[in-house]
Amino acid sequence: MIRSQSRRDVLKGAAATAAGATLPTPALAQASGGRVIVVGGGFAGASCARALRRLDPGTAVTLVETSQTFTACPFSNEVIAGLRDLKAQEFDYKNLRAEGVVVAFTSATAVDPQARMVTLGNGDRLRYDRLVLAPGVDLRFDALPGYTEAAAERMPNAWKAGEQTALLRRQLEAMPDGGLVVIAPPANPYRCPPGPYERASLIAYYLKTKKPKSKLIILDAKDQFSKQRLFQDAWNELYPGLVEWVPLSMGGKVTKVDPAAMTVETDFNKFTVAVANILPPQRAGRIAALAGVADRTGWCPIDPITFESTLQPYIHVIGDACIAGAMPKSGFSANAQAKVCAAALVKLMRGEKPDEPRLINTCYSIAAPGYGFSVAAVYHPANGQLVEVPGSAGTSPVNAARSVREQEAKLADGWFNTITGEMFG
Amino acid sequence: MKRRDRSTSSSCRKRARIGTGAFLAALAVATAAQAQAPAPAPAPAPAEQFGKPIGSAGAAPPGASSCSGCHPASASVDTPVKQLVGRKPEEIVAAVEAFRSGAKPATVMDRIAKGFTGDEIKAIADWYGAQKQEAQP
Repeated sequence: MIRSQSRRDVLKGAAATAAGATLPTPALAQASGGRVIVVGGGFAGASCARALRRLDPGTAVTLVETSQTFTACPFSNEVIAGLRDLKAQEFDYKNLRAEGVVVAFTSATAVDPQARMVTLGNGDRLRYDRLVLAPGVDLRFDALPGYTEAAAERMPNAWKAGEQTALLRRQLEAMPDGGLVVIAPPANPYRCPPGPYERASLIAYYLKTKKPKSKLIILDAKDQFSKQRLFQDAWNELYPGLVEWVPLSMGGKVTKVDPAAMTVETDFNKFTVAVANILPPQRAGRIAALAGVADRTGWCPIDPITFESTLQPYIHVIGDACIAGAMPKSGFSANAQAKVCAAALVKLMRGEKPDEPRLINTCYSIAAPGYGFSVAAVYHPANGQLVEVPGSAGTSPVNAARSVREQEAKLADGWFNTITGEMFG
Repeated sequence: MKRRDRSTSSSCRKRARIGTGAFLAALAVATAAQAQAPAPAPAPAPAEQFGKPIGSAGAAPPGASSCSGCHPASASVDTPVKQLVGRKPEEIVAAVEAFRSGAKPATVMDRIAKGFTGDEIKAIADWYGAQKQEAQP
C-alpha cells in the first residue's frame, strides 16, 4: 500500500489527538510539514532522525531499521578483550519513539528516486520529500579468496558489533596459551580507521595477562595507519615482543584464507592460526547501490553542505556510507554529519538556503585500560569536498606523560556516555 | 568494568525519564501521518523542554551541533567534560582562547580551537549560553 498524507490531513490528525489529550500544539506554526524517511538506525541514522524531530516537530520522520536493538561498535574492542560486557553496547529506540520518530523494524528493499518512494521489506511503500540513507557498511564477501559469509563463522570479522563480537571473544577465551592470533585489516577506506590497531592492543592486553606465551601478528593491506606512532609506541611500551605489524610493503597483505584448515596466506607466508580476525574490504550498505547513490568505488558522493547525493536528488547519504572527503568513517563523524544534514533538510523543506557547516571529528583509541589517545580535526566544505581546516587536525602528543593517557581514557568513557545519550538516552 | 557499566545504564535511565515527557504534539503529528508502530503515550510536558542542543541546530551557528558529541546536554551524563548549555558565553570564549594559545592545557580542544575564528567561537558561545539547561529528574 502507499502511505501518503497531505499536510492538511497531518495537521488535522495532530489537532484531533492533541485536543483529545487537552494539550497545546506548540511549534506547529513554523512546521515544515515535510516527510523524511531515514534508512538505518546507527550513529548516523538515529542521530539524524532525532535531530529532525527536535529541530522541526512538524516533520514526519520514519526511521527504517531491521534490528530492535542497536549494538554500538565503539568500545566493542573492550568486549573482545573481556574488559566490558556486550550489554553495555546495546541501546533501543523507545526514546526516539517518545519524541515522535516512527520506527519501522523492517528493511528497505528498493528506492524509486523519480517517484520518491521507498519499498519496505513488509511490502509497504512510503513516499518521501527527502530520503536519508544511513546504511553503514556492507562487508564484501567477494573480495578475499576464501573469506565468505560462512567463513566468518570460523574467522570472525567482528566489524559490526553483536554476535560476531561475542564469537571473537569466545575464540580468544578458548585458544591455548602459545597460540597465534592474526588480525588482517583491509586497505582504505573502511569503517573506523584506527579500530584494527586498538583491537590489536586490547587483544594483546588479554594475551599478556592471561596467555603470555601467545603472539599477535597484524597482516596489513597498507603501509600507514591512523595514530600509527602512538599505537607503535604503546605496543613497544606495553606489549614488547607480543605484537608484530607486517605492512603491505613487507608482504603483509592477506591473499587467501582457509577457514577449515585455519590458515591465512600472504604472497610469502602461510600462517596456521588459533584465532583469525579477518577484516574484509567494505562498501556502502546495499540500499545505497539499489537507490543509485553509490558510485563505482562502492561509496556515495555527496554535496558537503547538505549531504545530498550528487547522483540522485532528494536523497541524502550520511555516516560511513558517504564519501565525506577528509572526514574519517567514525561514529563521531556520523553523528556530526547527521546533525548538519538534519539542519540542512529543515531549511531545504522550508525553501531556505542551508548554512555552510563546520564539522568536528574526535576519535579516541584505548591501548590498555587507563591508556587512551585521540585524533581530532575540524572540517569545512571547500571546492565541493569536506577538508580539514588548516591547523585543526592532529593526534595526542607522542611521549606524553602516562597521566595524559589516563585522562584521555577517562574522556573516551565520557564521550561514549554523552554521544549514546544524545542518540538513544 | 562492571561498575562503569552500571553507571552508564543508570545515566541512560535518567535521560529516558526526561525524554519521555517531551514532544507530545510532535508525536501526534507523526502518529497521524504514518500510523505504524504506535509509540508509548508520553506525559504532558512544557514546551520549553525543547531547547536541547541537538534540537536547536537549525538556528545554531556553524560548528555548534558537533560540540554535543562530547559536551553533555544534561548534568546526569557520566563524563568529565563540562556542559556548554547555559554557561556564560564569555566564559566559553575565554576557555577556547586559552586552549588555542596553549595557556590552558588540553587534550583535544587545543586542536579543535584552531579550527574556528574568534567570531565563530563567539557565535557558538552565545548560542550555547542562550540554551536552557535540560530539566533534571
